[in-house]
Amino acid sequence: MSTTAASARSLGCAGCEVCGLVVRLPVPAGAAFCPRCGERLHSRLPASLERTWALTIAALLLYIPANLLPVMTTNTPLGAVSDTIMQGVVELWSPTSWPLAVVVFVASVTIPLGKLIALAYLLLTVQRGSVRSNGQRVRLYRLLKFIGRWSMLDVFVDTFVVALIQLQPLMWVEPGAGVLYFAAVVVVTMVAVNSFDPRLIWDLPQQEKHAHG
Amino acid sequence: MAEQHDAPQHPELPLAQVTARKRGRLSAVWIIPIIAALLGGWIAVQKLLAEGPTVEIGFSSAEGLEAGKTTVKYNGVDVGRIESLKVSPDRQRILASVQMAPEARDWLVDGTAFWVVRARIAGGSVSGLGTLLSGSYIGMQIGTGSERQRSFTALEVPPVVASNAQGRYFKLQASSLGSLDFGTPIYFRRLQVGQVASYALDEDGRGLTIRVFVNAPYDRYVKAETRFWQASGLDFSLNADGLDVRTQSLTSILVGGLAFDTPAENADNDPAPADTAFELFDDQETAMKAPERGSLRYVLYFDESVRGLAAGAPMTFLGMPIGEVVSVRLEVDRQKKDVAVRARVLVAAYPQRFLDILADPQVVTGGRTAITQQMRQQLMDGLVARGLRAQLQPGSLLTGQLYVALSYVPQATKAKIDWRSDPPVFPSVKGSFTDIETRVTSILAKIEGLPFEAIGKDLQQSLATLAKTLQDFDALVRRWDGELSPELAKTLAEARRTLAAAERSFDGAGKLLAPDSQTMTELQATVVELRRAAQSIRVLADYLERHPEALVRGKSEETQE
Repeated sequence: MSTTAASARSLGCAGCEVCGLVVRLPVPAGAAFCPRCGERLHSRLPASLERTWALTIAALLLYIPANLLPVMTTNTPLGAVSDTIMQGVVELWSPTSWPLAVVVFVASVTIPLGKLIALAYLLLTVQRGSVRSNGQRVRLYRLLKFIGRWSMLDVFVDTFVVALIQLQPLMWVEPGAGVLYFAAVVVVTMVAVNSFDPRLIWDLPQQEKHAHG
Repeated sequence: MAEQHDAPQHPELPLAQVTARKRGRLSAVWIIPIIAALLGGWIAVQKLLAEGPTVEIGFSSAEGLEAGKTTVKYNGVDVGRIESLKVSPDRQRILASVQMAPEARDWLVDGTAFWVVRARIAGGSVSGLGTLLSGSYIGMQIGTGSERQRSFTALEVPPVVASNAQGRYFKLQASSLGSLDFGTPIYFRRLQVGQVASYALDEDGRGLTIRVFVNAPYDRYVKAETRFWQASGLDFSLNADGLDVRTQSLTSILVGGLAFDTPAENADNDPAPADTAFELFDDQETAMKAPERGSLRYVLYFDESVRGLAAGAPMTFLGMPIGEVVSVRLEVDRQKKDVAVRARVLVAAYPQRFLDILADPQVVTGGRTAITQQMRQQLMDGLVARGLRAQLQPGSLLTGQLYVALSYVPQATKAKIDWRSDPPVFPSVKGSFTDIETRVTSILAKIEGLPFEAIGKDLQQSLATLAKTLQDFDALVRRWDGELSPELAKTLAEARRTLAAAERSFDGAGKLLAPDSQTMTELQATVVELRRAAQSIRVLADYLERHPEALVRGKSEETQE
């Protein structure tokens, strides 16, 4: 680790995120504003842990109906078939199209759930002031940020299928309510990842070190 | 978190502006998970509310049913879905657990029926063709009961009549189903007014009860006196009355049908209440016959063949139908010492018919409505005393059907009705027809007895001989032709010539003998001469008799004085 482990925060300073002015933060706690441009100053994202927790829990709650409700309804003269995500995976699972089933399963089940678990892990470790494997946790955070924008695969597939397969009255596909919840899960997760301040991973141990050293 | 940093280490930096900070309040961000929880909870509540009751339906076979796929439809609307299928513990049925829609809660009462809808052709209609593509589904009919039920047994066949159809059910008692089936149409004046809803064998197995449904505007034409009959397709009947063909409509020819009508005199009566039981007749004629009240049974004994006499054959009185044959069987005659078997014919006579065909029934009934037993006996005894006898008569020579005819037989031996036996025995005589038949039979037997084979053989031989003779004759003729003909021709020519000569001779003779011919004249003269000569001879003879000496002396002079 770096031996000169001084952060802006530990020095009692903060940089304005709009005009880049570095200012001293006054000791009494309160809302600080940039003297040059008036932007609100904070050394860390405000209430980062609280917000991330809230959004993670919200995503987790939304994840339940996203998986229980059907994502698409296929109408044919033989009747209407509504499929949830897992039913779609099960249906795709055949000797010829199992790779597709794997892709759908990974994109729609593993990744959203993995993101939420990873977020919860980061939040817990930060709250407990863990000092171990900081580098790994930061890498995990970067991965979360990167994957976020690719998590809409299922929603995209759904919209494409619904838009393309409109051969009424022979066959048509309607979106199910599940896809809305799924999109909400992805969006809320992305917001949660963004509201997490990775600097928190480093804050506490440094301060402890600083206090001890 | 406590602010642990020290005093600012870089005083050259500008100081941030600070305002008082509101603290200790919960962040507004928690609204998001609350909203998410509310959304999820709402979905869950909705799911729970949408969850209708689960019912168990027993099927005899799960053919065409699929767990999770097969739906329950009420008049075409999905109201449930099969959740699972399993075999009942006694392995007799398939139990389907069906998740019903919440609005179906009040429909699951006793009387509610479920059945599997498959493509079906019955009763003149094709139904459920859609299921060929979409697979079977479960049809539902809501009962009228009030007691809720969670367990049902599926019908084997779909109910023909929709539960909301307006009309009335009636029961028909039939001896056989004929060509009926569920949905078989019912006709009233050839208009389809209903259909067969169901049928079941009576518990004693002696008949069938058919439930029919007559649609609303027409059910009021069903009166208590209405008669139903089988209008099943094409009805051929060959009986003593001849060939009879009856049809209703083309559909009924194909799938059979029922028809009903009310006798004209009852047409204005009140409609029959629902579930009234009627008898189902075999045909219109028997159905529309006046109801037979108080039939009288008589027994007839015949010593002759009763072949062609069947139950239901008519009994006529001087040609008018007054009854019918009830049964025909053989019976051992106990009165005779040796064993004698005779045919026993049980007939039913309908006095009402007899009265109906009387021009003046008052004479018989004496103004009363019913005939007393005594009056009947008197009347019948009188008729029998006048020679009324039962006879078997051929209804049709072609079919050999017989009927019982009551007619006067003038030379009949004296007989009486045996009123003591039950039923009374009515005297019978041998039918004229059977008499003829017997004779014809005996003639036929005789003919049969002829040695046709020998005759045939002889005839064949004779024919062979004849053929040979003819051949010989032919040969003879040929020889004659070849050998004798020229001679004959010659002979004939000569004969012709001879005849010509003869003709000529006769011609000459004719000329000779003509009255004006010279020969004739001469002949006459000669004859005169001959007569004179004869006179002279006679004179000479007389003279010679008186004077024989004259032969010697010649004629004397003295005699001349």
